[in-house]
Amino acid sequence: MSTRRPSSLLRNPMAKLAAVPMVVTATVVFIGCSLWTVVYSFTDSKLLPRANFDGFAQYDRLWSSSRWIASVENLAIYGILTLLLSLTLGFVFAALLDQKIRGENVFRSIILYPYALSFIVTGLVWQWILNPDLGIQGMVRAAGWESFAFDPLNSPGLVMVALLMAGLWQGTGLVTVIMLAGLRGVDEDIWKASRVDGIPAWKTYLLVVVPILRPVFVTSVVLIGAGIVKLYDLVVALTGGGPGNASEVPAKYVYDYMFANQNLGQGFAASTMMLLAVLVIVIPWAVLEFGGKRRG
Amino acid sequence: MIHADTRKVPLRRLLAASAMAVLPATAMAAELEITHWWTSGGEAAAVRELASAFEAGTDHTWVDGAIAGSGGTARPIIISRILGGDPMAATQLNHGQQAQELVEAGMMLDLTELAEEGNWAELVQPKSLLDACTFEGRVYCVPLNIHSPQWMWTSIKAFEKAGVEPAQNWEELKAAAPALREAGVQPLIEGLQAWQFATLFQTLVSGLGGEEVYYGVYRDGDEAVLRGEEMAMVFEEAVAAREMLEGTNVQDWNLATAAVINGEAAANVMGDWAQGEFQVAGQVAGQDYDCLMGLGGEPLISTGGDAFYFPANDDEAITEGQKDLARLLISPEAQIAFNTKKGSLPVRGDVDLAEAGACMQKGLEALKAGKVIDSVDMLISPDVAGQVGDLLAEFFASDMSAEEAQERFAEVILSDK
Amino acid sequence: MADVAFTPDQAAGRPARTLAGPVGARPKSRITAKRVMIYGALGLVSLYWLLPLWVMVMTSLKGMPEIRMGNIFAPPVEVTFQPWVKAWAEACTGLNCDGLSRGFWNSVAIVVPSTVLSIAVASVNGYALVNWKFKGSEVFFTILIFGAFIPYQVMIYPIVVILREIGLMGSVWGLVLVHTVFGMPIITLLFRNYFASLPEELFKAARVDGAGFWGIFLRVLVPMSLPIFAVAMILQITGIWNDFLFGVIYTKPDTYPMTVQLNNIVNSTQGVKEYNVNMAATLITGLVPLSIYLISGKLFVRGIAAGAVKG
Repeated sequence: MSTRRPSSLLRNPMAKLAAVPMVVTATVVFIGCSLWTVVYSFTDSKLLPRANFDGFAQYDRLWSSSRWIASVENLAIYGILTLLLSLTLGFVFAALLDQKIRGENVFRSIILYPYALSFIVTGLVWQWILNPDLGIQGMVRAAGWESFAFDPLNSPGLVMVALLMAGLWQGTGLVTVIMLAGLRGVDEDIWKASRVDGIPAWKTYLLVVVPILRPVFVTSVVLIGAGIVKLYDLVVALTGGGPGNASEVPAKYVYDYMFANQNLGQGFAASTMMLLAVLVIVIPWAVLEFGGKRRG
Repeated sequence: MIHADTRKVPLRRLLAASAMAVLPATAMAAELEITHWWTSGGEAAAVRELASAFEAGTDHTWVDGAIAGSGGTARPIIISRILGGDPMAATQLNHGQQAQELVEAGMMLDLTELAEEGNWAELVQPKSLLDACTFEGRVYCVPLNIHSPQWMWTSIKAFEKAGVEPAQNWEELKAAAPALREAGVQPLIEGLQAWQFATLFQTLVSGLGGEEVYYGVYRDGDEAVLRGEEMAMVFEEAVAAREMLEGTNVQDWNLATAAVINGEAAANVMGDWAQGEFQVAGQVAGQDYDCLMGLGGEPLISTGGDAFYFPANDDEAITEGQKDLARLLISPEAQIAFNTKKGSLPVRGDVDLAEAGACMQKGLEALKAGKVIDSVDMLISPDVAGQVGDLLAEFFASDMSAEEAQERFAEVILSDK
Repeated sequence: MADVAFTPDQAAGRPARTLAGPVGARPKSRITAKRVMIYGALGLVSLYWLLPLWVMVMTSLKGMPEIRMGNIFAPPVEVTFQPWVKAWAEACTGLNCDGLSRGFWNSVAIVVPSTVLSIAVASVNGYALVNWKFKGSEVFFTILIFGAFIPYQVMIYPIVVILREIGLMGSVWGLVLVHTVFGMPIITLLFRNYFASLPEELFKAARVDGAGFWGIFLRVLVPMSLPIFAVAMILQITGIWNDFLFGVIYTKPDTYPMTVQLNNIVNSTQGVKEYNVNMAATLITGLVPLSIYLISGKLFVRGIAAGAVKG
């Protein structure tokens, strides 16, 4: 039994050694590369990163670009809706699955399988299903409802609906499984108690179960949030950012400027704004996670 | 003049034999990794011509690094590999301002000696192609082919369906539009992507505005031209194009071209590569479809195209291989074999394409007659081109007025001049 | 409990039989209005979720003329497996006309070491974060989570520089390292939450018995962490198998993963698009992660339960 408490630096050398990969990744890759990006966002780098400083010129241009502003607005809409819908749908699906039903495994596989497919194809398939002539609209019209109109890919006002349809299809499965796992951990006695008290099920879910599942929601939010911020592949595969710039998103702006338009400085300025936005999400999370209770 | 009649001598043997003659046998054999984005059927067939000639004529091996999707997909890969100090031996890039910084940074092999030895300055037609490869008097790339974007493809069947004469120019198309609509035909179709709008627009500028306006806008960034009456007219025509495009719901260019092929749409403004689609569908120029250079207005074509760059390499064997490959790419045999399969024009003025179709012949004549303008890629930076694309995508998807579009276009161009 | 979520008309009339499968954990088969609505709702959801798969499979079994004719939802009039054969063995990417088969083993050669290394590193990380906290460990963990949100594209060039400096640019090991780094945030999060959920007495007892850092990890924790290892494996295999960007940038043509061929088949910019081959290629590429999902089914949920729930 060890009661010695050596100086903190030498204590548990193996544990420190084991944490080296994490420390290196965190500092060199995530912090280092982010700082590198921020520094070069103040340059006029074109094809190659060059330290030719240019003040805030890239930021002036960024915020006067109608495409960037549209991108930010689109992502805000998509992000809020995805977060709300993923959590709601995920929770509802999980609650349905938790009713001791037959065929739970089948249903779970059905809802989870899109997560295994690459976005290149998800986009292609949904392009077809939403194609006005080949897809849903064509099918409904052929069935006799001639005036039916649903063409989200070609209507600027509706294109985000198309992205949501495909995005939720791809990502809700994972959230459902996480939620289901959480529900399985909820004590049976809670249900018995609420039944005895005659509290309706929806009220028990909302007022008792959801608060218990707080950690589940936090994990889900991190996963969904990371997916939202990085939203790129699906947009490229499904809409290409169109029609016009109605479905442009920040990550696509970054990528297009860095590589297609060969203006690294502009791409870095845009990604710096994205990193800032991420900080705004992550810092409150860290405070929530580590600020209050401590284990041990 | 060197004529290659491919019907008499098997092309591959011809190529191999001539490659032997052209290329000095080297003692050092190397594996050369070649990056390009030619992945469709016809393109791959064209690349195969180059590869087999290369492997037949030298001891080197062609390691193929095909990546589909130009620009956005391939470029970060190419640049990363070069920056990472482990470059490919050769890579495709478009002519123009794209590779200049890599050249400046000393990351590209200097081909000047080869160019002088092979007398490229005389051979390459039009001259602007070699100029695009030249930086401070040194040559850094090999132009491989010529593509011109200024073409309008029309479906004769579609006009007949509407009971009107097939349009021979932009004005006639506009005049026929109501009748076409009446008959259920889409008057004009373009894939809804920024680069396709940019193609349509630059063709409006060169075809309706003419050479002076074209250069005034893209090369000189002349404010008087940008904000002038002629450009106002071009933007009015763009509004007319927007009206004719209404109802379009395809993204890929080949689907837009397919709509012209099957008569659902009357016209599509697209580059000469569209011709391959008509050929595959078994259609005949003048009978099933027409190709109108410069919208039937000013018959100007710009000569962009593909070029090969050779990243500087420490390995001497690879450097030798790179030079052998460079010599091969510009040899008349390779030019004929490659461009016949690819459907593009050769960069040498001294070869004839025996199999060139009627539309390709039109292009060749324009080249010979000097009806040539520098391509937009050579005149503006990718950054500005990207912004123009964004603006046009916005313009064609909204009801932006001609005046506002003209003003914003002028601002984008002037920001870099 | 009937009023959980769906409106009655949505729930109407789907026969429960469509979902009949393995018997659930504790089934009570009473047919009530509530049951009908639950199965109805799940049936409708399944329909929406299966629609794209249906379209993919049906399209991949049709010939091009039939696809041009029209209805994407209709089953093939004439079933052909040619698109599958072509996607696997004949589709050309550039010069090489051996389809996806070319990249299959490369993908395996990338996925196996990347998955093993990233899970090894992340599991030890999670363990150290929970049981061997050191000053600043929470700060580093927060930075890792921040890293989960960084768009990959931004990191391409700096990572090129790092790989060049350590001499791994262009090799499979460089790519393995990159996957390990980018897998670290989420996988560490899972392991950390899992280990935190285990009773602390286990750890203390092993300590008392004189076990050290590795002893506790290997002999006490790992054996009881099978589900979370399964989850980490699934997430990593799926993510790395589907990766295109890193695979193509940090390696060479000889070692390109399967997704490069998939991209080349699907994204060719010119020529006729062979939708049936595209769909077959997608399904083939997705088979590995898909079958891992299906095989591991319950283990996945158990693991997720452990890794995500407690925290």
